[in-house]
Amino acid sequence: MANDGASKLSKNLLRMKFMQRSLGADVKKQLEEDEKRIISDEHWYLDLPELKAKENYIIEESSFVPCEDLVYGRMSFKGFNPEVEKLMTLMNTHNRDEEEEEEMEDPGRMETDVTDEEMARRYESLVESMKKKFAKKRNRPALDQDVNSNVEDVQPKKAFLKPQD
Amino acid sequence: MMQSCFKNKIGDVVLPGDIFSFELPVTEDGSVKAEKIICGPGLRRNGDEVLVCKSGILRHKQPNLYWIDSQQKRYVPAKGESVIGIVTAKSGDIFKVDVGGSEQASLSYLAFEGATKRNRPNVQVGDLVYAQFIIANKDMEPELVCIDSNGKANGMGVFGADGFLFKVSLGLVRRLLAPQSEIVKDLEKLFPSEIVVGMNGCVWVKAKTVQQTLIVANLIESCENMTAQQRQALFKRVADGNL
Repeated sequence: MANDGASKLSKNLLRMKFMQRSLGADVKKQLEEDEKRIISDEHWYLDLPELKAKENYIIEESSFVPCEDLVYGRMSFKGFNPEVEKLMTLMNTHNRDEEEEEEMEDPGRMETDVTDEEMARRYESLVESMKKKFAKKRNRPALDQDVNSNVEDVQPKKAFLKPQD
Repeated sequence: MMQSCFKNKIGDVVLPGDIFSFELPVTEDGSVKAEKIICGPGLRRNGDEVLVCKSGILRHKQPNLYWIDSQQKRYVPAKGESVIGIVTAKSGDIFKVDVGGSEQASLSYLAFEGATKRNRPNVQVGDLVYAQFIIANKDMEPELVCIDSNGKANGMGVFGADGFLFKVSLGLVRRLLAPQSEIVKDLEKLFPSEIVVGMNGCVWVKAKTVQQTLIVANLIESCENMTAQQRQALFKRVADGNL
């Protein structure tokens, strides 16, 4: 009887959530197929060749500043505004330095404040302390032993001593 | 070679509508192998071509930078340029700034050195600001900031309690800002003075007296159409005190 009643109900009503329980398996399947067909009919696509992302060889730059190496816009002459004069030298030498750096570009050879040996020595200690940090607490004593290869006499394990009466 | 079509036009006059097109050299495996080129103001990219959109002289800078040296008065905001703006409105947390472009630029009150939500910068309507574009494109409202990427002001911000502001052409501004500018070298010899030059064509001048301020302003304005000799003769007359 339930089946008879269901077949009379409209499709849209059957598709509703609360009707799903009362539907039989085959009716459900059919509904799903109908829905699928509707979707695939409505689903359209553009008949276009596949777009390939091309690399850009032309870069646009809208400002004159990098083209003509324009300088800083604030200027002061003959000490009228010492603050600005300081800024002027700072900003303009800053730009010039960058250029010079580019000009003397010599890959692999930079002027360094810290020599390679010094750097290595510094990192040596750093590596150890980082290793300790990441080691689990339980492994730490073992690690310590590894580090100082001459094993010192291990302290006896502390244990609770029963007080004597 | 992509650059060869540019090479023989450097220094020539080009007109809007001129096209530079090149064939991208393709290697056997189908990938394109070419050096990049940068097209500056006056040139625009259209697919694989470069179109000229301003009339002027084609210039080149090593290694691969090309642009059109043109003369114009209308300012078009460009990212990274420093300009002088006039604050025209205060609305909530942004200021509106007139920079001479097609649209007013916005300037956040947080974009000043040392500004926090609590500590607002003291900016009034009518103040002059020296600021830098952080957003500037044809589809969006331009946005200014008064700090650099490190949060330092570097001379940007509100300036010009007095002094004199006037507008010149963009070409003159570029001549003033050129490294080792002849005009600036001549100006330097005159009086103690301070000038601020914005890429938008605004120039602000201040000297010790109003008279001297006006003299410097008029000198800069007259540099627009003068040869080097004329300019030097005029500057000499001013320096001698008989204008």
